[in-house]
Amino acid sequence: MKIHEYQGKEILRKFGIATPRGIACFSVDEAVKAAEELGGNIWVVKAQIHAGGRGKGGGVKLARSLDEVRQNANAILGMQLVTHQTGAAGQKVRRLLVEDGADIRKEYYVAALTDRATQTVAMMASSEGGMDIEEVAHKTPEKIIKVFVNPLVGLTDAQALELANGIGVPAGSTAQAVATFKNLYTCYMETDASLAEINPLILEGNGNIKALDAKFNFDSNALYRHPEIVAYRDLDEEDADEIEASKFDLAYISLDGNIGCLVNGAGLAMATMDTIKLFGAEPANFLDVGGGATTEKVTEAFKIMLKNDKVKGILVNIFGGIMKCDTIATGVVAAAREVHLSVPLVVRMKGTNEDMGKKILAESGLPIIAADTMAEAATKIVAALQ
Amino acid sequence: MSILINKDTRVITQGITGKTGQFHTEKCQEYANGKNCFVAGVNPKKAGERIFDIPIYGSVKEAKSETGATVSVIYVPPPGAAAAIWEACEADLDLAICITEGIPVRDMLEVRNRMKAKVAAGGKETLLLGPNCPGLITPDEIKIGIMPGHIHRKGRIGVVSRSGTLTYEAVAQLTEIGLGQSSAVGIGGDPINGLKHIDIMKAFNDDPETDAVIMIGEIGGPDEAEAAVWCKANMKKPIVGFIAGVTAPAGKRMGHAGALISGGADTADAKLAIMEECGFKITRDPSVMAKLLKAML
Repeated sequence: MKIHEYQGKEILRKFGIATPRGIACFSVDEAVKAAEELGGNIWVVKAQIHAGGRGKGGGVKLARSLDEVRQNANAILGMQLVTHQTGAAGQKVRRLLVEDGADIRKEYYVAALTDRATQTVAMMASSEGGMDIEEVAHKTPEKIIKVFVNPLVGLTDAQALELANGIGVPAGSTAQAVATFKNLYTCYMETDASLAEINPLILEGNGNIKALDAKFNFDSNALYRHPEIVAYRDLDEEDADEIEASKFDLAYISLDGNIGCLVNGAGLAMATMDTIKLFGAEPANFLDVGGGATTEKVTEAFKIMLKNDKVKGILVNIFGGIMKCDTIATGVVAAAREVHLSVPLVVRMKGTNEDMGKKILAESGLPIIAADTMAEAATKIVAALQ
Repeated sequence: MSILINKDTRVITQGITGKTGQFHTEKCQEYANGKNCFVAGVNPKKAGERIFDIPIYGSVKEAKSETGATVSVIYVPPPGAAAAIWEACEADLDLAICITEGIPVRDMLEVRNRMKAKVAAGGKETLLLGPNCPGLITPDEIKIGIMPGHIHRKGRIGVVSRSGTLTYEAVAQLTEIGLGQSSAVGIGGDPINGLKHIDIMKAFNDDPETDAVIMIGEIGGPDEAEAAVWCKANMKKPIVGFIAGVTAPAGKRMGHAGALISGGADTADAKLAIMEECGFKITRDPSVMAKLLKAML
């Protein structure tokens, strides 16, 4: 689960990491009021959306007067912000963060994330803050310093110092940098984050270290023990169909193609999508109905797939294990009737009660196209579209 | 022979009294030698009772000392699952198989590091399969986990995959063209797990009754590439490889920085390329895995 920058900064402050003072706003008037309240003569107006790259897309603007705050807030709030992470359609800006301007002497990068290979927490830092870190990794990998933290031990002073020295923090600010890294590690663990990234982490003119941005991603398996983080969830930032699907315990991700697919199991679902592509079409979605699909679940899955106007055909691929093919077949028939299915439907079923399932489909009177293998199913749905 | 388990393996079920545990314990008992293999359950609140005629003990340690079981299967719900893994480890079992889906990553990080620390300090190593896996099966001998037993046939092909249904797909294809399986292993889809592709490939390589292997992977993480490199230097048996997720959008599950740390080698295309380079017969069509393997025998 992702959250907004201003929420991330609230969390960072709770863990003792300094950030600029700022106020979240939902309207232009609120933004001006926030700037007044903060005082000073320079502010930053920042679009709050879950995607990165907001600055380049025009979602972050400096203001040197309250009038400029108003102008910037006006320009940003409600805009369709396009960044490299939003896709071409962009994301509508509904919230702003108004912050004190910062006196930036140097920008760094720091992040904590789980490293699968070593089964530790990787803490990464770089002297190249404020840039796209993937680009840094690609062009100048030597500028990324990494330490691997054993969760039973925690980030040691020596490791934190290695990071600080590795990215060239000046001597007078080392202690602050070390404390920041240790706090970030603690924050990462205690909030069950899967990513905690500060980019940039800045060195101010006076030598202080501050987090100018905050990007978090949380482990969805651990949200049950973090009601305070669940409260940060912003449904406006999430795909409406994915939310709808999750209510029925369906894992759904919309894609750009025109063949809807409904599969049990994440691996088989990906393999089905790949097969569709291999035979010349593109999948419209990823949809895993999981292990315990009922007629109701299958019907909902059909409804969600068909909400996407691009869908011109549907491929159902079920491997019946614990979930029996006849149960799914009954569900598919009921769903096709309920939604008055008007696009071609290919069903491939294997496994437990396969024959019973096929019989139910054949006797339904619906124009369901049967297939024996994934390849055959993909070939048939592609042909049916032409 | 087979890898990791056979008809003489004796199994403790942790979480046997829950709905999932009950359902699958019954299926596992019905399969092949299951009646003799599943000898104990664990639930501290129900110690002394029996379920499906299996005695329930208060702890894994007690279950082990009373029955001599060396393997456990875990159906405990996510909040207590990592503790259940640790309990199996503290009881010095040979193998713990964790079926549970949805365990917090931090819990897995902690228990995996505890398990490693125990071995480093000279303690006995307990292997872990999973979590979030279907388990493993040695056809006609024993099934530990949630896979449908009836699609399997005894034979000489090994299967390893992260995904449950994709394992079943490979097994069903093999069975359909007359190739049985020595063992089929689902290592699970979680980022922090126990046995990896490389460990299972090593075991299949050492197993005199396995002639060839189907190795199935997915996008994300370095495991398949690591296994491929090991196989290039060591594996003496033909391998068919498939990676799911060529069409999966980047960054949808794995954050930006997650893709970074694995060095960009975790796309399906990158993994397929490494596997091919390492001598695997790779395919982009998952419908032909078994056929390709048969042609190599």
